[in-house]
Amino acid sequence: MQLKPFEKAIAESNLYPLTSTGISTLQVNVGRLCNQACRHCHVEAGPNRKEVMSKETMELCLDILRNSDISTVDITGGAPEMNPNFIWFVEECVKLGRYVMVRSNLTILTETGYEGIPEFFAENQVEVIASLPYYMEQNTDSQRGKGVFQKSVAALKKLNALGYGIEGCGLILNLVFNPGGAFLPPSQKALEADYKREMQKRYGISFNNLFTITNLPVGRFLAYLNSSGNFEMYMGKLVASYNPSAATNVMCRNILSVGWDGTLYDCDFNQMLGLSVNHGAPTHLKEFDLSSLSKRQIVTGIHCYGCTAGAGSSCGGATT
Amino acid sequence: MKTYYSPEDLSKFPTIGEGAPELWKKFSEWYGAVFAEGALTEREKALIALAVAHAVQCPYCIDAYTQTCLEKGSNKEQMTEAVHVAAAIRGGASLVHGIQMKNVIEKISM
Repeated sequence: MQLKPFEKAIAESNLYPLTSTGISTLQVNVGRLCNQACRHCHVEAGPNRKEVMSKETMELCLDILRNSDISTVDITGGAPEMNPNFIWFVEECVKLGRYVMVRSNLTILTETGYEGIPEFFAENQVEVIASLPYYMEQNTDSQRGKGVFQKSVAALKKLNALGYGIEGCGLILNLVFNPGGAFLPPSQKALEADYKREMQKRYGISFNNLFTITNLPVGRFLAYLNSSGNFEMYMGKLVASYNPSAATNVMCRNILSVGWDGTLYDCDFNQMLGLSVNHGAPTHLKEFDLSSLSKRQIVTGIHCYGCTAGAGSSCGGATT
Repeated sequence: MKTYYSPEDLSKFPTIGEGAPELWKKFSEWYGAVFAEGALTEREKALIALAVAHAVQCPYCIDAYTQTCLEKGSNKEQMTEAVHVAAAIRGGASLVHGIQMKNVIEKISM
């Protein structure tokens, strides 16, 4: 199948070369260890993964925060809570006055040894971004594993009890939807209204915002596309749905992604594809140089169509 | 031609415009306007289209509108109910013609 190169598409939108507009978020992937092994996971995270960020590498992240005005730290994984230095790292980021977001799979908050994490989040005013691919059990469990939905509901109830997702409490709880297959996400606004109504009606759960995220052809989702014979159809759909406005707003333009070993990437997807930052920008935390990284050219590929299709997709949901 | 229906043919739909470009242009504009958000939401229109696709048993439309319904945020339960609506109307349409049968029986029976 011959697909139009992504670089050609952005060139037609006068966006080539795609460059950073400045780094406002340091997205730190603290490891691929996870208590789940979701079928769509681009990280291919799971209980047997050994790649876990060391305390020394976290120290390097903190040095960068100390010496820059990067305002937000977005901590992801795997299940970031499973990194042995997770608590310390969050506390240090907060001490530096940074806004901290943690991407939680929710079920980890119900596991032995992690029960105190929700209170820890609340004490440190951490924004929780939680995966919940649907408001119905069957759809969620089919993607994330049997029993995941009920555990997720239990964790969400605990977060609500602490004030998370409750209007006026100031503790932010955002949910993440991603399609359960080879199709694009619905309108974020319309689906958020469904989620809010159904989560409240069925489980008495509140949250702040829903982020709809497109599945990118990376990791386990790519393997699924190939094994199910959907790769060509899905890629054709992504390319046909290319949206220049979404391309203008892609998240890689204002984040920098850090891998578990300190390697620097334009985004978490490039990280999983082993595509470190390039075009002359330093590739490791040890060589960090804010001025060159802030105007670096982004490394792109055919997978980038996932962030520019339809209403666009980013770690913060739709981009248009 | 090995089969009358082929999934690849769906993407060739616009080539039907080659024989009558002006008519295709009008159809495309009208079609786009029909499915745009209006008094009904795009999601509701997609569910109607899915039901009609089953009523007219068009495999291209079933393929396309199953995907569209998912991408508009409908779930399998809602989509299955829409198919039942189509099936009920088809079944009901057959059954209600039984009145014609009864009328004929009455007319020609002593």
